[in-house]
Amino acid sequence: MTSNSYFQVIVYVVTLLALAKPLGWYMARVYEGESVGLNRLLAPIERLMYRLSGVNPKEEMRWTDYAVGLLVFNLLGALAVFALQRLQASLPFNPQHLSGISPDSAFNTAASFATNTNWQGYSGEVTMSYLTQILGLTVQNFVSAATGMAVLVALIRGFTRRNVDTIGNFWVDLTRSTLYILMPLSLILALVLAGQGVVQTFNSYQAVPLVETVSYEQPKLGVDGVALQDAGGKPVMESVEAKEQVVAVGPAASQVAIKQLGTNGGGFFNVNSAHPLENPTPLSNFLEMLSILLIPGALCYTFGMMVGDTRQGWAILTAMTLVFVVLVFIAVPAEQSGNPALAALSVDQSASISQSGGNMEGKETRFGITNSALWAVVTTAASNGSVNAMHDSFTPIGGMVPMWLMQIGEVIFGGVGSGLYGMIMFAIVAVFVSGLMIGRTPEYLGKKIEAYEMKMAAITILIPPLMVLGGTALAVMVEVGKASVFNPGAHGFSEVLYAFSSAGNNNGSAFGGISANTPFYNTLLGLAMLFSRFWLAVPVLAIAGSLAAKKKVPVGLGTLPTHTPLFIALLIGTVLMVGALTFVPALALGPVVEHLQMIGAK
Amino acid sequence: MIKHLKPAIILFVLLSVLTGVIYPAIVTGLAQLLFPSQANGSLMTDNNGKTTGSSLIGQPFSSFGHFWGRPSATAPFPYNAGASSGSNLGPTNPALVDAVKARIQALKIADPDNKAPVPVDLITASGSGLDPQISPAAATYQINRVAKTRNIRPEILRALVDANTESRQWGFLGEPRVNVLKLNLAMDQLSH
Amino acid sequence: MSQKSVSTSLFDREILGAALVDSFRKLAPQQQWKNPVMFVVYSGSLLTTLLWIQALNGEGKDPANFILAVTLWLWGTVLFANFAEAIAEGRSKAQAAFLRSAKRDIAAKKLDEPRYGENYSKVAGSSLRRGDVVLIEAGDFVPGDGEVIEGVASVDESAITGESAPVIRESGGDFSSVTGGTRVLSDWLVVRVTTNPGEAFLDRMIAMVESAKRQKTPNEIALTILLVALTLIFLMVTVTLLPFSLYAVATSGAGQPITITVLVALLVCLIPTTIGGLLSAIGVAGIGRMMQKNVIATSGRAVEAAGDIDVLLLDKTGTITLGNRQASAFIAVKGVSEKELADAAQLASLADETPEGRSVVILAKQKYGFRERDVHTLGATFVHFSAQTRMSGVNIEGRQIRKGAADAIRGHVEELGSKFPPEFRKLVDDVARRGSTPLVVSEGARVLGVIELKDIVKGGIKERFAELRQMGIKTIMITGDNRLTAAAIAAEAGVDDFLAEATPEMKLKLIRQYQADGRLVAMTGDGTNDAPALAQADVAVAMNSGTQAAKEAGNMVDLDSNPTKLIEIVETGKQMLMTRGALTTFSIANDVAKYFAIIPAAFATTYPVLNVLNVMHLATPASAILSAVIYNALIIVALIPLALKGINYRPIGAAKLLQNNLLIYGVGGLIVPFIGIKAIDLFLVTLGLV
Repeated sequence: MTSNSYFQVIVYVVTLLALAKPLGWYMARVYEGESVGLNRLLAPIERLMYRLSGVNPKEEMRWTDYAVGLLVFNLLGALAVFALQRLQASLPFNPQHLSGISPDSAFNTAASFATNTNWQGYSGEVTMSYLTQILGLTVQNFVSAATGMAVLVALIRGFTRRNVDTIGNFWVDLTRSTLYILMPLSLILALVLAGQGVVQTFNSYQAVPLVETVSYEQPKLGVDGVALQDAGGKPVMESVEAKEQVVAVGPAASQVAIKQLGTNGGGFFNVNSAHPLENPTPLSNFLEMLSILLIPGALCYTFGMMVGDTRQGWAILTAMTLVFVVLVFIAVPAEQSGNPALAALSVDQSASISQSGGNMEGKETRFGITNSALWAVVTTAASNGSVNAMHDSFTPIGGMVPMWLMQIGEVIFGGVGSGLYGMIMFAIVAVFVSGLMIGRTPEYLGKKIEAYEMKMAAITILIPPLMVLGGTALAVMVEVGKASVFNPGAHGFSEVLYAFSSAGNNNGSAFGGISANTPFYNTLLGLAMLFSRFWLAVPVLAIAGSLAAKKKVPVGLGTLPTHTPLFIALLIGTVLMVGALTFVPALALGPVVEHLQMIGAK
Repeated sequence: MIKHLKPAIILFVLLSVLTGVIYPAIVTGLAQLLFPSQANGSLMTDNNGKTTGSSLIGQPFSSFGHFWGRPSATAPFPYNAGASSGSNLGPTNPALVDAVKARIQALKIADPDNKAPVPVDLITASGSGLDPQISPAAATYQINRVAKTRNIRPEILRALVDANTESRQWGFLGEPRVNVLKLNLAMDQLSH
Repeated sequence: MSQKSVSTSLFDREILGAALVDSFRKLAPQQQWKNPVMFVVYSGSLLTTLLWIQALNGEGKDPANFILAVTLWLWGTVLFANFAEAIAEGRSKAQAAFLRSAKRDIAAKKLDEPRYGENYSKVAGSSLRRGDVVLIEAGDFVPGDGEVIEGVASVDESAITGESAPVIRESGGDFSSVTGGTRVLSDWLVVRVTTNPGEAFLDRMIAMVESAKRQKTPNEIALTILLVALTLIFLMVTVTLLPFSLYAVATSGAGQPITITVLVALLVCLIPTTIGGLLSAIGVAGIGRMMQKNVIATSGRAVEAAGDIDVLLLDKTGTITLGNRQASAFIAVKGVSEKELADAAQLASLADETPEGRSVVILAKQKYGFRERDVHTLGATFVHFSAQTRMSGVNIEGRQIRKGAADAIRGHVEELGSKFPPEFRKLVDDVARRGSTPLVVSEGARVLGVIELKDIVKGGIKERFAELRQMGIKTIMITGDNRLTAAAIAAEAGVDDFLAEATPEMKLKLIRQYQADGRLVAMTGDGTNDAPALAQADVAVAMNSGTQAAKEAGNMVDLDSNPTKLIEIVETGKQMLMTRGALTTFSIANDVAKYFAIIPAAFATTYPVLNVLNVMHLATPASAILSAVIYNALIIVALIPLALKGINYRPIGAAKLLQNNLLIYGVGGLIVPFIGIKAIDLFLVTLGLV
């Protein structure tokens, strides 16, 4: 790594941590119903929304009501996205006259956006109408993020309350997350991005002349529009000359902003934030990357504030940051070291002042190695899944890092809300084992962790690996699964494993070579996303309810402090152990073998 | 379940209007007002007001007299700005090695005297397939070929490359880079 | 008779033999089903057995001998776990049997009618039923637990309490309970037997160690859930490895897919068999250790809860202080000589047979040489203590001498038309402030002075409380004394807090208050009026010397009647949890090395490059897999002693304790298997087995 490389990483991490406190403080006030600067503008809107929908914001919900409300709301969202995609051909704001989307792909995308996964089975600029993008996808970007934040806040209330059976009001948490947190931040980010060159228009795609025309071959179509075949059954090709390129544009900035901030990740364009009109400059890249971890990081502080001990939040943030930084320093050098196969071909892969060098396949020049590898770690640490480089073309180790970050459960920052509640589940397991080790019934933040909490925490930790391993196993067993694999050998296995790691942990990034837009993958991945999202959210709410009903155990000498370096180490250890032990065999057969083959190990 | 249906439906509609209509509308309005060029694709025009391309979207170049950009994996032709795509070739995929070999071959044919190792970004496909830029090293590598073809002094091209080189944003962000389309347009301008 | 703990060596031959037999008996599926982790091993063993039979027919994917070796060690794993449980049960039962046999069978004098002087017949103590009434005379052993219904006697309870001083047992009140095995020294008692043979606490305890009746404790249930979750994850890991392997073979075009035998071996190595196999042994052994400490627990939940105690309520008398207060000074009011006071005090106490009364007589003798006067020759009439007057004393030669609590005497003298001297209040308070009990003496309407009755705090108790404090346990002294006295004694004994002038209702309220704050409360008690509080407390240790009601209300009985035994109870409770936690950590940490052994071996033919991961340089794929399986089985045996003994608890604070245990069992768990597996591999190679 070059010194500039270190510097960029450090600036990123420092900025992220510096923003955690102010934003975390702001969010805590939002969730505690206190007034914030934006009240004068937003409070009337908020009140109006409650009045129209018949919600009494003072009314508290039991965890079961909270969960049912959440499920109903998300189901509605998924249905709406599904319907918009199916019907987009006959709806307005479709200047390119894109046709309706197949049922399996529409299901996949609906599940994907409702679950905050934002796996892109489709290619944005050639599939989705502007209406689908804004009214379907952008809306879900907001509300699926707000849903995750609501579940987190409910869980926090479980810790702070005692002897009550309610955990807040889902409608209020949802509305306030959207109105006071996600919308203002998105608005600011969207405008800055637009200033950097991210498009924001409802005009149709722009045709521009090419300086040099290109000719290419394409299958010749008969008069009936069917590809012609020669006697041997091969398609008849014709040569075509392209004199212009059609530049896809659209209302991208508004969607890109929330896609990053809400850890959604579903891009406006096919190649996501590698696209120059979605992520045009190093500055836009920095801001988009910062936005990914901004809220998940700050929520740690919110958590600490709400439980009345900010050290608790800092401890978790520290654990996340440590794992994150270490993995960055694995991924960046792995990419920087380049591809040995090319080194033999008189290719200059070394870093210098005039080139970033390294493994540049699938990467953009303006981002180079550092920002591409850093982004890959950021986007998979969070369950964002947007990309600014093609992960499929990463070196085996460079690609394993993001894959493993997803596999450990999207808890290193993770999704907005979901990352922290996932991490708290790991904390529950960690305090359970450590509680036993000091001879005391385990407790976390003054709440005893008993069989019921263990059962629910176990489910949340169990479901994602089941989805990932089970889905991958199924896919490599059947022909339709194997047929979609693009790269040969162990790397092909990595593609399938990556796809299910992504869907099974609601990340959304991909080893893009795999042709996942097939009925088989659309269905299976869609189901994995739904399971992983709601089979986690509901048990977490169950824990919230159970904790809220408990007494609070006062801190004593025998209490294990959960803000110390020891606990941080323990928490990291728990996350890494579960992640490592579960995925070592699968990773051995994918990236590990590929890496050993690549470096020519004997 | 039923009692949650009403707030769910109404709130969903309200939030959809808020985040799916009002929010994009505000952003569009402000962006069109504040950054009209950027918001519409950063299109460049020549002196006659004719569009010459987007400063953010690369174009395919293969003639010896132009600087070449990053290889592009878009279909059906390179730099198809209507369908962005990377190659997705894995690092151990033999197809990647084959493709790289072919690109090196093409560069060598165009400039047989150049024995320097090829800068990696010049023979690897970009992520988007639309990458407007190459590294300064990749530009430098091509100066001799273009100069020879165009029959102009390399120093002039050197200066032109430098003029079209952006250094790291704020001195540290991203990587130094040369906008190929702008460079070629400037060069074409020069020759006229 | 001595009821001190039985010193069974860790592996007593008799227990060992029985445990071996039991290990096989526990192979019954319904037994295995109770332990999900081991059930998976059990099923895996059955599966590989079938594979072996298949291989014998020449259809195996692996050599038959290899499958056989794996199969045998898998069965070994199951048997070792069974053995661990059986040996823990065996030892606990032996301990219980020893305690039971210690209740020697005593000849009892069973009365025909429940009255002193009736005819009795001599019967065996073990034949007595609840409700039988027996006569116990000087020199007799008490044949069973019971309540005194007639008589007063001094009883030697040293066999169970270790205290040599005899205690008084009499009908009614808190001193009416007698315990089987103690001996009456003087006088006689008529006792109603309160337990049937077989209903004793011991029998309830034995039920807790027998697998059929054993209930899982809350933490055990929670841990089992975690272990089941881990097992499911590893089941998924291994099951999916087959399709992964098939795909790898297809895509690389080399080698053989992983075999079922290897998958089962991998599964068994990965799932937490170490803790799964030892889990129930740890619980049973914990209860056994309680018994070794002469504590009989009647609920496993309480044993576990003991480790969580935040607050401990202790009765002052008999627990913190020696049972009896002793007169230590005479403090006369102005105008009365100390000698005069001593004389009056002694006269008033002559007929007072309580230890306190006797100590007044003795002090007067020591200080002023007053000989003990014979009460009968003095022609005095004695006024006995009554609940109404709350005074006692003597009427002699026209003198009315009374002693009693300050407010009682005050009422007395005021009634007689005199006034309580104002400076006297201070005198009384001073005594109380010193932690002593002031006993005021009056003659007629005149107040003479105060006898200072001093509470003697037991030696070494302060250190014990300091130890509890380090464990994070707050100690609270409960006493009927007034605040001043209580505060002084509390300070001297080093308790954290006290409850003065306590009534049974106040005790109950105090416990509930602490519980409402989320604290777990332990209490030791012996009196009948302690029963409601004992029933409310989370951990209630009744003294064996206490009343039957107290024992019924508690969930543990301390045969030694030693209130500070609670420290050991807490330690045992903590040890149980710690042992489980440590072995869970160890078990999971072990998996890292097992992966390094099995993964390269399993894919040796498909991806030879993976041999880079064979960091232990195990000889062959077969030896690598076998070594991991053998290690996995042997580690259970190796850890049986630890499971039975429990991990040492030291009150060094939660963080430090965790750090130590993480280093030993976490980091140790990472390292040990690398060494173990390599050693077994070398051994197998040396023997030429692979």
